[in-house]
Amino acid sequence: MTRRRAIAGSLTILGALLSAAVLAAPARAASEYNLPYGVTPISHAVYRLHMLAFWMMCGIGLIVFGLIFYSVIFHRRSRHPVPAKFHENTVFEIVWTILPFFILVILAVPAARLLLRMENLRHSQLTVRITGYQWLWRYTYPRYGINVYSRLSNSSLAAVQYGRHLSPYAVPHYLRSVSHPMVVPTGEKIRLLVTGGDVIHAWWVPALGLQIDANPGLINAMWIKILKPGVYRGACNQICGWGHGYMPIVVVAKPPQQFLEWVRHWRAMHRGPGQGDFPPHPLGL
Amino acid sequence: MSSEVLAHEHAAEHAPPRGFMRWITTTNHKDIGTMYLVLSLIMFFVGGAMAMVIRAQLFRPDMQLVTPLFFNQMATMHGLIMIFGAVMPAFVGLANWMIPMMIGAPDMALPRLNNWSFWILPFAFTLLLITLFLPGGGPQGGWTMYVPFNLQLGYGFPFMIFAIHLMGISSVMGAINIIATILNMRAPGMTLMKMPLFVWAWLITAYLLIAVMPVLAGGVTMQLLDRYFGTHFFSVAGGGSPILWEHVFWFFGHPEVYIMILPAFGIISEIIPTFSRKPIFGYRSMVYALASIAFLSFIVWGHHMFVVGMPVAADLFFMFSTMLIAVPTGIKIFNWVATMWKGSLTFETPMLFAVAFIVLFTIGGFSGVMLALVPADFQYNNSYFVVAHFHYVLVTGAVFAIMAAVYYWLPKWTGHMYNEFWGKTHFWLSAIAANVLYFPMHFLGLAGMPRRIPDYPLQFANLNMVVSIGGFVFGLSQLIFVAVIFSCVRAGKKAEARAWEGARGLEWTLPSPVPYHSFSTPPEIA
Repeated sequence: MTRRRAIAGSLTILGALLSAAVLAAPARAASEYNLPYGVTPISHAVYRLHMLAFWMMCGIGLIVFGLIFYSVIFHRRSRHPVPAKFHENTVFEIVWTILPFFILVILAVPAARLLLRMENLRHSQLTVRITGYQWLWRYTYPRYGINVYSRLSNSSLAAVQYGRHLSPYAVPHYLRSVSHPMVVPTGEKIRLLVTGGDVIHAWWVPALGLQIDANPGLINAMWIKILKPGVYRGACNQICGWGHGYMPIVVVAKPPQQFLEWVRHWRAMHRGPGQGDFPPHPLGL
Repeated sequence: MSSEVLAHEHAAEHAPPRGFMRWITTTNHKDIGTMYLVLSLIMFFVGGAMAMVIRAQLFRPDMQLVTPLFFNQMATMHGLIMIFGAVMPAFVGLANWMIPMMIGAPDMALPRLNNWSFWILPFAFTLLLITLFLPGGGPQGGWTMYVPFNLQLGYGFPFMIFAIHLMGISSVMGAINIIATILNMRAPGMTLMKMPLFVWAWLITAYLLIAVMPVLAGGVTMQLLDRYFGTHFFSVAGGGSPILWEHVFWFFGHPEVYIMILPAFGIISEIIPTFSRKPIFGYRSMVYALASIAFLSFIVWGHHMFVVGMPVAADLFFMFSTMLIAVPTGIKIFNWVATMWKGSLTFETPMLFAVAFIVLFTIGGFSGVMLALVPADFQYNNSYFVVAHFHYVLVTGAVFAIMAAVYYWLPKWTGHMYNEFWGKTHFWLSAIAANVLYFPMHFLGLAGMPRRIPDYPLQFANLNMVVSIGGFVFGLSQLIFVAVIFSCVRAGKKAEARAWEGARGLEWTLPSPVPYHSFSTPPEIA
């Protein structure tokens, strides 16, 4: 009996340690195991909502799994040979029907408020049109008449060529670097108009807390406001064919002054409307 | 026709034809149930082999084992085969075997329809699988078949559409049969509220099937028309919209995922009381919870489409309705725990799978609640977080429940006890490997790894290797499952009629193995 108890005790401790390790893991390393905190007010709010939901689920999990494992350990036949007879309890059943409602409200209210904030497109200072193609992105700045085609960088392309054995570890930002990034100013509310040129793609940059489908023939609108200059990477997130895994997104956020310099420089390099280097259509259509 | 001839024909019915013709011409619910289960097992390995290709390709970055084109076909076919070929036929097979025996009926209500429902399926999967050898390859757009990309497929496109039509016809006929059986063939005295929960779960599932399979059939027909007959249902240029497909698909798709989980709830509700030696807690609320989940499944499809660009009001509606599902699902989980509470538990293989189901399905439920939050879903959507979520509910949920059911009822079907040691070995290997396989996917998704990509940036390398190793172990462990089933069919310790001492229910009053015809006269229901 004492040996059994010792085994049960050590199992409980092991379980507690394991769950502690699992719970601690996402909090410890931000980049490899959890959502990025990001660089926009929205991504910060999304992160907080995510963590709130995560910890609430952990709490409920501890209770439910605790009950299950308690029962598994202490109500096994060797310890509890005569089963109880009960098969209903109105009070308990009402409690565990009503209680989850309140728990859900705690999550639903901040989620709804945040959603309304995300959908508020008013007072944007700059518009960038994003078009997804098989398999590249196009960024258009109507105010500046700029057209940027952004496809997988040559270095990544060299590593993914079949039969070429360039190690991906030798490529900087393997599969997350592009020929020409999308350049935007920091601190400004930027409206993104997203559409698809052929099939459905999805524009997803985790650090911006934003993902939106690029539907052919339809336009979706979202906004971002990047607080910190830097390079933020993402990728197409809707299966769109052969090259789906090879159409990354790179957003370079520069302070407004440097952004305008980039605009001037780009316009000097590429004159006339419809400029840019649109590659031949991969399917030859 | 003289009465002598009739009598002769009647006698002939009792001895099935020998050999292959028995299986082709059979109208016996037990034979058809067996065929469904065998087909499901074969498809489980076909779909599993595709999963192995996927995990081998993702073992490390820049693996280049298969082309991205072939990878996309594997990802798509893995989904289609596992859903329509492995999980759904397994549940229909269990329904065929168990429902007549659980309600005291001699057979299914529509035996010839039953035969046809099954025999359509091998043709459907042949059609689907040969697309892999056609010019342009098999389906590549994911099992969701989003247009316009799906319309770019090669010669495999119409084959896929017709395969889906056949699967849908088979499912609808099976569902009609199950409803007709349950509503008309119960033994006298078995009122609806005395039915086993597995039967209740299947009754509700069958209505879901009848409601949504025609929607899918209509949707894929619209794709067919768009491609070959010049319609523009899904093209904006012609006045349609690709979003229409997503709405049609998910109006089918969300009830579909409950079609794959409600029978699992029923199975768990049979197994937990047996090995707890205690009646199910809250039978009535279990039935009402099943019905509420089924109802809610029709008004939540938009939660698959939060990033599609729906109006805010729609986003809010679908978020709230989705969160509501947590309430009836929670009731079921609490009731199972309350059934175990102060029972007298033993842990034979079916019980191990059932307890693992409750724990791991709940983890899938937790990530489900998180996914329901629209702003957070803007990050989770289509990432590996989603992959982790639905594999927790479908593999450690639905598939574990199917395995639990197979171990639970194998003694009844074969008359032999299976090998408990190997059953438990199969369980522990599967349960541990499944978590090594699926848990890190949560982290990968949160860190930004999209699903359905043949290659990934280096920051995802470590976890992907862990996931792949878990995948290989999980895949290989299933060979034990097959070995246990085979050896149990051939030989083993003789099983008693009531193979499990805590088992209640009509099926355990029949001898093991069950005779070819059972309950020719209805049993007395106390």
